[in-house]
Amino acid sequence: MKIHLKIWRQKDRQTKGAFKDYTLEDVSKDMSFLEMLDTLNIKLIKSGERPVEFDHDCREGICGQCGVMINGIAHGPLKHTTTCQLHMRSFEDGDTIYVEPFKAAAFPIVRDLKVNRSSLDHIIASGGYVSVDTGQAPEANSIPVTHEQAEAAFDAAACIGCGACVASCKNSSAALFTSAKISQLAQLPQGDKETSKRVVKMVYQMEEEGFGHCSFTEACQVECPEDISVLNIARMNYEYNKARLLKK
Amino acid sequence: MSITIKANIPEGPLAEKWNNYKAKAKLVSPNNRKKLDVIMVGTGLAGASAAASLGEMGYNVKSFCFQDSARRAHSVAAQGGVNAAKNYKNDGDSVYRMFHDTLKGGDFRSREANTYRLAECSASLIDQAVAQGVPFGREYGGYLRNRSFGGVQVSRTFYARGQTGQQLLLGSYQALLRQQNAGKVKLYTRHEMLDLVMVDGKARGIIARNLDTGEIERHSAHAVVLATGGFGKIYYLSTLAMGCNASAIWRAHKKGAYMANPSWTQIHPTSLPQSGEHQSKLTLMSESLRNDGRIWVPNDPKETRLPGDIPEEDRDYYLERKYPAFGNLAPRDIASRAAKEQIDLGKGVGALKNAVYLDFSRAIKEYGQEVIAERYGNLFTMYKKITGIDAYTEPMKISPAAHFSMGGLWVDYDLQTSLPGLFAIGEANFSDHGANRLGANSLLQACVDGYFILPYTLQNYLADEIRVPKIDVNHKAFEETEQKVRQQLEGFLKSKGNKTAEEFHKELGKELYDKCGLLRTKAGLQKAIENIQNLRKEFTENLLVPGDIEEVNSELEKAGRVSDYMELAELMCIDALRREESCGAHFRAEHQTEEGEAKRDDENYCYSAAWEWTGNPSSPVLNKEPLVFETVKPTVRSYK
Ligand SMILES: Cc1cc2nc3c(=O)[nH]c(=O)nc-3n(C[C@H](O)[C@H](O)[C@H](O)COP(=O)(O)OP(=O)(O)OC[C@H]3O[C@@H](n4cnc5c(N)ncnc54)[C@H](O)[C@@H]3O)c2cc1C
Ligand code: SF4
Ligand code: FES
Repeated sequence: MKIHLKIWRQKDRQTKGAFKDYTLEDVSKDMSFLEMLDTLNIKLIKSGERPVEFDHDCREGICGQCGVMINGIAHGPLKHTTTCQLHMRSFEDGDTIYVEPFKAAAFPIVRDLKVNRSSLDHIIASGGYVSVDTGQAPEANSIPVTHEQAEAAFDAAACIGCGACVASCKNSSAALFTSAKISQLAQLPQGDKETSKRVVKMVYQMEEEGFGHCSFTEACQVECPEDISVLNIARMNYEYNKARLLKK
Repeated sequence: MSITIKANIPEGPLAEKWNNYKAKAKLVSPNNRKKLDVIMVGTGLAGASAAASLGEMGYNVKSFCFQDSARRAHSVAAQGGVNAAKNYKNDGDSVYRMFHDTLKGGDFRSREANTYRLAECSASLIDQAVAQGVPFGREYGGYLRNRSFGGVQVSRTFYARGQTGQQLLLGSYQALLRQQNAGKVKLYTRHEMLDLVMVDGKARGIIARNLDTGEIERHSAHAVVLATGGFGKIYYLSTLAMGCNASAIWRAHKKGAYMANPSWTQIHPTSLPQSGEHQSKLTLMSESLRNDGRIWVPNDPKETRLPGDIPEEDRDYYLERKYPAFGNLAPRDIASRAAKEQIDLGKGVGALKNAVYLDFSRAIKEYGQEVIAERYGNLFTMYKKITGIDAYTEPMKISPAAHFSMGGLWVDYDLQTSLPGLFAIGEANFSDHGANRLGANSLLQACVDGYFILPYTLQNYLADEIRVPKIDVNHKAFEETEQKVRQQLEGFLKSKGNKTAEEFHKELGKELYDKCGLLRTKAGLQKAIENIQNLRKEFTENLLVPGDIEEVNSELEKAGRVSDYMELAELMCIDALRREESCGAHFRAEHQTEEGEAKRDDENYCYSAAWEWTGNPSSPVLNKEPLVFETVKPTVRSYK
């Protein structure tokens, strides 16, 4: 099929960016979206143009490194799918596709479609863990965790850290990402001891990094490739308020 | 001149060796630890767990990865599970049995003492991960759940749905960031190591390129650890991530570190088949699917019916037929070769006839769709996303794909390479899996190396370094190494040919699949060596890389990786050619039994090949580490 592309090109943070038009004639339906970009890049390189820089690594939907806005939607039209898992069969012959980077104040642009998402790491570093050193662990079965507890914790733990929730939020809030980690650990006996400390630190860090406030539009869950539930945000708010109250 | 090398295995009976080692290992007092710097390249399970543990102990760690976050290392993609000899199932498991399974699975080509230690430390890893909050699968009563994996008859695999690697990695990534927060680890994401710096015979630093700015940087330390993962991506189409590479270990090799058994690559039996020329990777379908899925092909190569319409009597469940004791759970090398055999007989299925069926209909009938969905739901979803097919109603189509490097940097019992002060852990080293790795053993190896072994062995080395002041990056060794790195990068840019690095990589990959993959022959390998030499020559003359050094430039990154692959590929072929036997994943057509199984030659090839760089990629020197089996007598590996 024939595909028209309008891709955001931007040399670096200092330079102004703009959309550029490209057309690909022989796109196969079985290609992934990124393989389509690979094809474009080979064409660009051979014609002496700079290829489009974009982020990706595993190409199987688990590392969270890929992610662009496709026609205004984070990771594109297919629900609960990362950019790398999106295939061209989701498009029609003759379609025009807009491709832009994830945009947020806390995600400064690196080049073209690449952005810097280290701010998400900073949130985890502020408290998204259980404080246990190597060697301190007790026998694994000495802390039973019910099947339901483990499954619920897993649902939250499945976040891949892609940042689509931020990009899809009109406030650029990282509430879904942050709450997923808080919620995972709060639901496990290993992690719940530190919940109140953790939630205060992580929420503080989230603001520090320049992410916006959550106004509960729920756009994030819709575009989240892992379908992380917005109920995690409610739990985070609950834990946060509880921690503040207890502190007073 | 070739030499016989020693692995520094501690004295004593097998079960006592590691305890003896720990009892005698040198220590560094806590106030001296803060004077010592360690470079850790890689933030996968091996690198993250080691960096976190060393940080907790009080060392200063600099941690590097090429992805934009440490959490994205390719360990994240492991699906199926992690093994541990907990014997929670009371099904006869023990450290010894796990050791024996691993040794046998590796076709008696691994080092007994290392393999035993892996099994010995396995239980602690599960404790550690659970304490970190890794949500492993649980029974309804709250205790940990297990399943069985290829090549064993007990259930010792722990799993977190189909995302075990992700959850384990998040555990160690969080531990790593906790140390970053504590100021003990400094993270350098989007940094690629481009060379190792040796000062007075010891590894003292690296040259890295900041991939966001293109800047070339010098980093120094008292010791350097490579935890850079596997290089299966050399086959281009593989289950690895796009950025996986051999560059760090290959450049260390060119500085003198031996490369061991480089040709031993595990070709995984259950990946999705290639669908077209545009394809950039092959997605793995976890081997755990073989617990409930049955593998078959139609009896008739000319079969045209849809799988559901083919009656039982017209199907060949060839694994169940050939290996009744293990059936669909036969080890990977055997399962892959058996699939290739069927495909070569023309019985392959799918448009390109390059796949076999993996069928869940019986399991769904037996347990219900809900149970199967809970076990493998995300894999079925992934399958649907990629192929558009619903595997609850139609069998999956799977085929073999390059997956895991059993080979890697040679290391001794301390996980130290042949270069003093340079250590290698995780998939980057060659140590524990012999000629074939058992499923769910490599997440374990990466974790055990990082959490439980390196912290002792590295400390043993660092104990003699406490009087060495901070290493100065202005030393001329740093200057010279940096110059070389620059020259190479400039060379790529100057070449201005008309083929991209990716195009070269694809060609190289095809050559390797064809002649140094599941099936190897003398003539084929000789031909491959010739072709690779020609391709390498063309690479130096006809490479096309756009842009500059001092900026974001993915093409330049690729060029460096492919350039290393071009040399490593030849060594792989030389390694496969020299080994005139079949063992595990290394199957030489000339050496097989009448039934077509691998035929080992213990008399002449019971060694690990540790190759030494000579300056010419075509004439490496073969050093040998003899494998001495004190406890187990190697037998013919049979899964019948
Ligand atoms: C799809 C898939 C599924 C798997 N499933 C299982 C399973 O179910 N069970 C199991 O036991 N094993 C499994 N494995 C194998 C297992 O996941 C790996 O062997 C293991 O995770 C390797 O861990 P590692 O820490 O050694 O390397 P990795 O996790 O690959 O990490 C490598 C690190 O090194 C960094 N790096 C590499 N080169 C450079 C460089 N030049 N400069 C700077 N940084 C660099 C990377 O950025 C990364 O941080 C699977 C593998 C794959 C590919
Ligand atoms: S919550 Fe969802 S969208 Fe946000 S980072 Fe995690 S996986 Fe991505
Ligand atoms: S490339 Fe890893 S999630 Fe898309």
